[in-house]
Amino acid sequence: MFQLEGVKYKNILDIKQLSIPANKITCIVGESGSGKTTLLKLLNKMISCSEGEIFYNNDAISTINSIELRRKVVMLPQVPAVFPGTVKENLLIGLKFSEKPAVNDEKLSAVLNMVQLNKPLDEDADKLSGGEKQRLALGRVILMDPEIFLLDEPSSALDEDTEQNIIEKLVHYIKETNKTLIMVTHSKKIARAYADNIIEIKNGRVLN
Amino acid sequence: MDKVINLQIWQLAAAYIFIVILLVIVKLKGIPREKEILISSARMTLQLILTGYILMYIFQNSNPVFTVIVIGVMEAFAIYNVFKRVKVKLSPKIKRIIAISMVLGTTSSLLYFIIVVINLSPWYDPRYFIPIAGMLIGNSMTGISLGVSRLVDGMTAQKHLIESALMLGATPKMAAKEIVDNAFDSAILPTINSMVGMGIVFLPGMMTGQILSGVSPVTAIEYQIAVMLGILGSVALTVILFVQLGYKTFFNEQQQLDIS
Repeated sequence: MFQLEGVKYKNILDIKQLSIPANKITCIVGESGSGKTTLLKLLNKMISCSEGEIFYNNDAISTINSIELRRKVVMLPQVPAVFPGTVKENLLIGLKFSEKPAVNDEKLSAVLNMVQLNKPLDEDADKLSGGEKQRLALGRVILMDPEIFLLDEPSSALDEDTEQNIIEKLVHYIKETNKTLIMVTHSKKIARAYADNIIEIKNGRVLN
Repeated sequence: MDKVINLQIWQLAAAYIFIVILLVIVKLKGIPREKEILISSARMTLQLILTGYILMYIFQNSNPVFTVIVIGVMEAFAIYNVFKRVKVKLSPKIKRIIAISMVLGTTSSLLYFIIVVINLSPWYDPRYFIPIAGMLIGNSMTGISLGVSRLVDGMTAQKHLIESALMLGATPKMAAKEIVDNAFDSAILPTINSMVGMGIVFLPGMMTGQILSGVSPVTAIEYQIAVMLGILGSVALTVILFVQLGYKTFFNEQQQLDIS
C-alpha cells in the first residue's frame, strides 16, 4: 500500500526502505520524539519529504492531489481537534470537510456507541473531557469510512480498560471492512496483541 | 450664511492645552502611552500643516497629474501604515496581498464614486477628488488593519484546528473559513457601527466640517450619505479582496499549512 524509498524529512526522519501492507494492522512504536508522528504526517501529505519518495499504490504521492489523498488516507492527530459546536456537528464535520454526504442520527449513535461515548448528540462538544474528546475525534474518522486510518496514539487519554475495549472494537471493524490501519501507539501490549506488522522507530530510523 | 470663524493661533494653542491635560491624566494613572499621544499629536500637526499648503497649491493649479500623484502618495502611506500598525509579523507574501487589496479596493470604489455618483467634471477636480479619496482610503486602511490582525492571529492561534481539518480532507478554503469570516466581520464592524450611530450619537467629521464652513446641513447630509455608502463599499471590497487572497498565503501548493 505504502512504499517508502530513501525518505528523509529534515533531520527528523531517515528511512532507507519501508513498506506498509494493505488490509493489515500496522503499529508504529518508539520513544517520543523518534519521528512517529512525522511519519504519519508524511503518509497523509500534511508535510512532504525533503528527499526520497513515498508511493501509494505505486503512485508517487508528490504527484497525487493532496486533498484527494487525505480523503482516502485520513489522519487522526494525537491531540483531538474539537470544533465549536455540538457532538453531532463534530461527528459530521469530517464528512463535510471531505464532501461526503451526511448520515442520519441513528448512524451517529451507533458510532458513539462503538467508541463508548455515551453523550447526547446535542451536547456542547467543548464540555467533554480529554478522553471523551479523543473518542469523539475517533468516531468522526470512523464515520468517514476511509480506505486507510492513520491514528496517532488514539487511546493516549483513555484508561486501560476503555483503551483495550475501544481498540478491540476498532480492530474488529477494520478486519471486517477490509480496511488498513496504521497506528502509532505507546503501548507495546496493544502492538503485540493486535498488530500484523510492527514498525519500530528510533531516532528517525526504522529498526528491524 | 454666518461668517466662518477663523481659528486664531491662541485658540489652537488652547486645543493643545487640552492634550497636555490628557497627558497629565495618563501619567497619573500610569498608562504607558504618553509617548504615543505626543508623537501622534505632533505628527498629525505637521502632516496637516504641510497638507494644507500642498492642497492650496494643488487646488489653485488643478491638473490630473497632481491628483494622481496625491492619490499614489496616499495609497503608499496607507499601505505602509497598515504594515506598521499590525503588531504581528507579516510575511512578504501577505504584505503584497495587503498592497494589492488596498489599491484595487479603494481605486475601484473611488472611480465609481467620482464618475457615477458625483459625476465630477473634470474627473480630477482636486477639490472633490482628494478629500473623497482620503476618506475612502483612510477608512479602508483602518478596516484592513483589523482584518490583517484577525486573520494572522487566527491562523496562528487555531493552527491545530486548521491542521486537523486538512488531515480530514478539507480544502484550505474550508479549513480557514471560520477565520476568514471572523476577519471580515471584525474589519467591517467599526464601519457598520459608525453608520448605525451616525446622526444620533455623533455627527460625522465631513458633515461637521461642511456645516462649520457654512454649508447648509441638508447639503451636508447629502454628501455624508453618499460618502458613507462609498466608505462602506470601499472598506468591504478592500477587506473581501484581502481575506480571500490573504488566507491562501498560509498554504503551499501542496495544500499544506505553511506557518513559519
